[in-house]
Amino acid sequence: MAGRSEYGLLIDYEYCTGCYTCQIACCQEYGWEAGMSGMNVIEQVQKLPKGKAYLTYFPFPTELCILCAPRTKKGLEPACVQHCMANCMKYGRVEDLAREMGEKSRMVLWSPR
Amino acid sequence: MQKDGVEIVRTTTWSAGPGCHGGCGVLAHIKDGKLVKIEGDPDHPWSHGRLCARALAMTQYVENEKRLRKPLKRAGKRGEGKWEEISWDEAFDLIEKRMKRIRDEYGPESVIFSMGTGRDIGAWICMLAYAYGSPNVMFSLSGNACYSPRIAAVDAVQGDFTVFDAGQWLPDRYDDPRYEVPECMIVWGYNIHGTCPDNLFGHWIIDLMKRGTELITIDPRLSWFASRSKHWLRIRPGTDSALAMGFLNVMINEDLYDHGFLEKWTNGPHLIRKDTGRLLRESDLVNDGSFNNFAVWDSHVNKTVIWKSDAAGYKGDCAKSMVSGECTVTLADGSEVKCMTAWDAYCEEVNKYPLEKVEEITGIPAEDIAKAARFYANAKPGALHWGVSIDMTPAVTPLCQAIAAMWALTGNLDVPGGNVIAKYAFDVVAYALPGAEGAIKLRREEMDEPRIGRDEYMPFNKFCWRCQTDLTIEQIFTEEPYSIKGMWMQTCNPLAGIALDPEKWRKAFEKLDFIAVVDLFHTPTTQYADIVLPAATFLEKDSFRSWWVPLQAISKAMEVDECMSDIDINLELSKRFDPEFEFDNINELFDYILKPSGMTFEELKEKGYAIPPEGTPSAPYNRYQAGLLRPDGKPCFKTPTGLFELYSTLREEWDLEPMPHHEEPPYTPVSRPDLAKEYPLILSTGRRSPVFFHSEHRMIPWLRNIDPDPIVEINPKTAEKHVIGNGEWIWIENWQGRAKYKAKLTEVVPDWMIMATHGWWFPERKAEEPSLYGVWEHNINLLLPMGEQGKDGMGAPIKHSMCKIYKVDGKEQ
Repeated sequence: MAGRSEYGLLIDYEYCTGCYTCQIACCQEYGWEAGMSGMNVIEQVQKLPKGKAYLTYFPFPTELCILCAPRTKKGLEPACVQHCMANCMKYGRVEDLAREMGEKSRMVLWSPR
Repeated sequence: MQKDGVEIVRTTTWSAGPGCHGGCGVLAHIKDGKLVKIEGDPDHPWSHGRLCARALAMTQYVENEKRLRKPLKRAGKRGEGKWEEISWDEAFDLIEKRMKRIRDEYGPESVIFSMGTGRDIGAWICMLAYAYGSPNVMFSLSGNACYSPRIAAVDAVQGDFTVFDAGQWLPDRYDDPRYEVPECMIVWGYNIHGTCPDNLFGHWIIDLMKRGTELITIDPRLSWFASRSKHWLRIRPGTDSALAMGFLNVMINEDLYDHGFLEKWTNGPHLIRKDTGRLLRESDLVNDGSFNNFAVWDSHVNKTVIWKSDAAGYKGDCAKSMVSGECTVTLADGSEVKCMTAWDAYCEEVNKYPLEKVEEITGIPAEDIAKAARFYANAKPGALHWGVSIDMTPAVTPLCQAIAAMWALTGNLDVPGGNVIAKYAFDVVAYALPGAEGAIKLRREEMDEPRIGRDEYMPFNKFCWRCQTDLTIEQIFTEEPYSIKGMWMQTCNPLAGIALDPEKWRKAFEKLDFIAVVDLFHTPTTQYADIVLPAATFLEKDSFRSWWVPLQAISKAMEVDECMSDIDINLELSKRFDPEFEFDNINELFDYILKPSGMTFEELKEKGYAIPPEGTPSAPYNRYQAGLLRPDGKPCFKTPTGLFELYSTLREEWDLEPMPHHEEPPYTPVSRPDLAKEYPLILSTGRRSPVFFHSEHRMIPWLRNIDPDPIVEINPKTAEKHVIGNGEWIWIENWQGRAKYKAKLTEVVPDWMIMATHGWWFPERKAEEPSLYGVWEHNINLLLPMGEQGKDGMGAPIKHSMCKIYKVDGKEQ
């Protein structure tokens, strides 16, 4: 039975460039071996009419994501959020982030385990 | 800073480590002399606390088990992978002995000093080469096809280079009241956010997009930028100059250009003789006139007025210079010739490119080109950012001239949010790059005379202070006009990365008496060395970064075994090679180079970084009006005429086309329809991975896990035709060779082109030949030729060749 998360991550995937910073920032923070990380960047190419397509990346918090509790307790941002090259990730209370999500399109709100 | 037994060292990234062109502010957390963590420095105006995957993987880099930690001497034959550890003293003694022997017997120019991309090494490799006495410092890519061609081409017509303005010159960046966000930005052949090349932070463009900048992207691939652009122009590789001419065609014929700039700041009004088709010079008009002065037609009084190039002004008054029209002038010998303006000649050239023709050449619908051109020309301000793809075609110089004219004629030159003149902060220039004289020079001018390519190719004579790469490798075989006997390679792994036709390079290495390589890991290239020296990462050295802005300190945070910084290595050898060498230690050397900033190295370290103040030549804006670009302090540009040269006086003197135009490159379906029958696909190479820098990082577990295999992108339609499934291994082949790649089926490439990643080798495979870490099986450059540089020695066909593809059969897997 899954619990309820008070905190979450708001991702503006319009601006995620797929730089993998979040994934490696997590590896460094927790010393994961290669192949494990609290973040996993996913690429998606959606074909559109007239020979066009839309290339999207989005960071997915895996089962290893603990929302950097040890960092946030100290008043720091989660490692992925601080280093995000596109500044497209935000950490906060799910309720606050949900409100913010309504203000812009192409957003996704994660509430990890 | 000290916290919980952890010392936090503030420094700047550059080179070994993330591998890139650097500039990010970082905080290195050091405990008991070891790196425990690295973070972005939130207070740094360049990166604002952000940091890339490669920098964040530094803990796996510095302590990597494959890292070289002691000097090595080759024990077996070249390519046998056998080594003996030696001490630094032994290594230095051996290098000194071997290289002095070559110098005594063949002269200093017979050793080539070879480097890779723009690292914290250019200055120090020049220092070593010059102390040894050789002018042959080589940027090892064919046609020197990265950045130098763009910079040299723009310097020729504009005097200084420009880059897009993201407020990087201002401490408060986007919030500075002087700054304006561009309405439009052209991203031309660039995935800048992948690896931050050209001394810029790629995600600045994302910052601008969030602030309202809309994009025009020119790219055959559906890049991330392309998929978010107002206008995406999917260009056939190698036809960029035709597209640029199409842009100019719209801007000029729809009157979307800045007439004031044309008349006052360009040589558009200068007269061209209709009999010779060349510029009318003062020496044509009067017997003692200068060859370097030119003439305009004053349409108020109907007579010629001389433009004095050295003074950047007219001789006497000019009420109204004719921009368009004809006139008849009397020459010194009394004869009369008809003249036209350079602007009219320019328009004639541009009118050779109606949009229907441009569509036919580039494959981009005429209507899309027109819309994009109007959007850029009407944007106030508009910025243009171009990538290395521009350099990777032989006719790079005319292409750059066309693009430079786009930003100049639209009034976007050195204005906030436009294309801003990029100078070295505080004019601290460590070594000569195009457009700037460096602090580190050859001791005497005549020592430059044997530099390879200097007499063949005039940009190498005037702007580019390296030897020409294709001619250099060729000379190893011909031994004409002199023999080459040794090579010093630093931050450079040609056999896996920068060399085109790497088999030719291997044969060249086999001919050399002595090869030394400085690197952090064994690579395919180190296997051909006689001696390999272990270098330090940016965390293990003191240095500084002077490339555009800001001026930054690199502060040593730690040490790893016997690894030594490139600077220390080269300083020690410089002292041994040159008895008159001036510097005893790196602090003396740095203080000397930093002198124009008014700071010592210690003072710069204290500050971390420094941004030049307003009103100085390396701070924006509008410097050509303010007289901040020329040594004489007059307004205008640092070009031969002092003007922005739509018609290049230097190119005319060099008997090259003075105006921009399109030349179909070698090896395209258009130039070689005969080859297209067997090799129907366009082969483009080198799309970047954000977790690798060129041939580096394949041994860093976190990074390699993200991008484990050499990937070639293939359109699903093309793959279906060739019965290739996603993830299957295929051969990419042409007349020169073949390489094994893993197919990624994706809509980002069109069905007529494939995109192969570059720099592949496998540190986990056998070092010795014939494997050489798998490089002979997987290096895409095996399919790319040397010796196809442009007419001026610049550029190489790297982004456009031709190939066929087929599945690797079961046995070969």
